[in-house]
Amino acid sequence: MTERRFAIEVEDLTLAYQDKPVLWDIDLHVPEGILMAIVGPNGAGKTTLIKTILGLLKPAAGRITIYGKPFVAQRKLVAYVPQRGSVDWDFPTNVLDVVMMGRYGRLGWVKWPGREDRELAMEALRKVGMANFAHRQISQLSGGQQQRTFLARALVQDAQIYFMDEPFQGVDATTERAIIQLLKELRAAGKTVVVVHHDLQTVSEYFDWVTLLNVRRIASGPVSQVFTEENLRLTYGGKVAFLSKTAVSQSTPDTLQPASSGG
Amino acid sequence: MSVQLEVQLIAVVVAVACALPGVFLVLRGMAMMSDAISHTVLLGIVLAFFLVGDLDSPLLIVGAALMGVLTVTLVELLNQTQLVKQDAAIGLVFPALFSVAVILISRFARGVHLDVDAVLLGELAFAPFDRVQFWGLDVPIALAVMGGILVLNGLFIGLFYKELKLATFDPALAAALGFSPVLLHYGLMTLVSVTAVGAFDAVGSVLVVALMITPPATAYLLTNRLSHMLGLSAVIGAGSALAGYWLARLLDANIAGSMATMTGAIFLVTFLLAPERGIVAILRRRQRQRWEFAQAALTIHLLHHEDSPQADEECRVDHLGEHLRWQRPFADEVVRLARRHGLVTQDNGRLYLTDKGRQTVQDAIVR
Ligand SMILES: Nc1ncnc2c1ncn2[C@@H]1O[C@H](COP(=O)(O)OP(=O)(O)OP(=O)(O)O)[C@@H](O)[C@H]1O
Ligand SMILES: [Mg+2]
Repeated sequence: MTERRFAIEVEDLTLAYQDKPVLWDIDLHVPEGILMAIVGPNGAGKTTLIKTILGLLKPAAGRITIYGKPFVAQRKLVAYVPQRGSVDWDFPTNVLDVVMMGRYGRLGWVKWPGREDRELAMEALRKVGMANFAHRQISQLSGGQQQRTFLARALVQDAQIYFMDEPFQGVDATTERAIIQLLKELRAAGKTVVVVHHDLQTVSEYFDWVTLLNVRRIASGPVSQVFTEENLRLTYGGKVAFLSKTAVSQSTPDTLQPASSGG
Repeated sequence: MSVQLEVQLIAVVVAVACALPGVFLVLRGMAMMSDAISHTVLLGIVLAFFLVGDLDSPLLIVGAALMGVLTVTLVELLNQTQLVKQDAAIGLVFPALFSVAVILISRFARGVHLDVDAVLLGELAFAPFDRVQFWGLDVPIALAVMGGILVLNGLFIGLFYKELKLATFDPALAAALGFSPVLLHYGLMTLVSVTAVGAFDAVGSVLVVALMITPPATAYLLTNRLSHMLGLSAVIGAGSALAGYWLARLLDANIAGSMATMTGAIFLVTFLLAPERGIVAILRRRQRQRWEFAQAALTIHLLHHEDSPQADEECRVDHLGEHLRWQRPFADEVVRLARRHGLVTQDNGRLYLTDKGRQTVQDAIVR
């Protein structure tokens, strides 16, 4: 492999809620320009890991850098798509307005968004197939449309690294394909995309890199090397019989499916 | 300016000043916090009064604002222990601080013009008699103070509109983008505290809560835009203030009480009659959907059976009750509507699907 820059580096990260450790001594080196899945059971700490990298939670120990510098210095390089249920969809605003929120970081304090921000937001909405919904009240969106709206909001942030927390949750197959297509385009443009993912069946089809997490980092690396039955068992405990055909296994090398490299 | 006009002007200014921060309280699900703050600021006032010994000192407002922020902090600390929920935390902090204030007043400040009745109900009718010279103008103190607070609220919300919107809608993104939601939160709470102090001198703490929460809650039913919600809340607040004033004149009642009643009345009317989210609109929509659904069910039934050997049997109006479990009058009404909409035709008691009806079934099934 050629020398790659690390987009995200996490070293010895430990985080606890009160006295309950949720992330234990995590090490993570994410190269630039990859599409990475974070997988692990419910409560494994996936959301917590992302929030900690984004400076939303204070770790008990450890060091996190984005392109070699602390997150605070690199805010503009990072876009974030939270879990869909984390906001109040009855908030009085429309789709276009929510997408424009992605521009706020570039605008800084006090300055109001202008024509250009509006046009960028419309363009992002077109990309996710939501242009016709620009003026729709957000409470009238379906789950998939909410997810697309959030995706468009991340796109207008024009970042280098994208964090997405379960973007496929509750979306239909068409939307899922549309989203993954967009993510692959981002990767082709040299961006790094980190996605919390629950569907183990599609990991090797969608992603080229994977981190298995369950309080500790079980493994992290190219899907073809670390997405193994053994690692899945370590991550999910004993209940992984159903996984055996999706996981990469030594005995059936032809299931090794290096994700199509777009960049 | 006549005293009457001045009272109305003060009432309107107080109402608008309260409605603006109130919008964000309502959207953040913090309505009860305004209740707590509007009471606990009294302790701040009392303590500041003991410190400076002057009831007109502007330091009293500072003391009140600090106490408001302290209230919020205490509630959040209690909440973070996860031993009590937020509403319970408010219920613990607010009586504790308020009762200390009441004890202090009744024990040490009895002679002073700081009595509990005035705190709860205010003395709007007398507000015009305390006056100051302001830029060569002779104005009621309450008007000058509340005017200043209104400008402050307007400036804060005008300047930080997009930050407040983002931090209210999606605090995590706000934090990730570098807009400190904590700072905005405490900024807003300071504003609420200052507004509560300024307002309760004029209208009492009960009305402060009514003016902060009810107009925004009403506006929320009427609009889908945050900016419109702010504007509407201000208008509704001002309207309630004026209507309340005249109601009080008419009934010879307490002005603050009448104003609170008017905010409630306007909310009730909106709650019932709001064009989209009102109860009446919702019930009518449900009614309409019920008939539409029944027509769809009828057309689907006809489609299923039109080619079957029992078609003549199944598609008779008389038999709908049996097959679809509909009462006769209901079935007749559905058939009448379906015919009027051109979905079915009737011939001798036998129903036939039209092309339009067939199309409708297809659409209904696909959806
Ligand atoms: N605010 C909090 N206070 C205390 N514990 C928390 C808090 N948030 C999360 N936890 C705990 O931390 C653990 C990790 O939570 P996290 O949300 O990161 O899991 P996750 O991997 O994202 O799970 P999911 O797949 O359900 O989204 C869980 O056990 C959860 O109960
Ligand atoms: Mg999660």
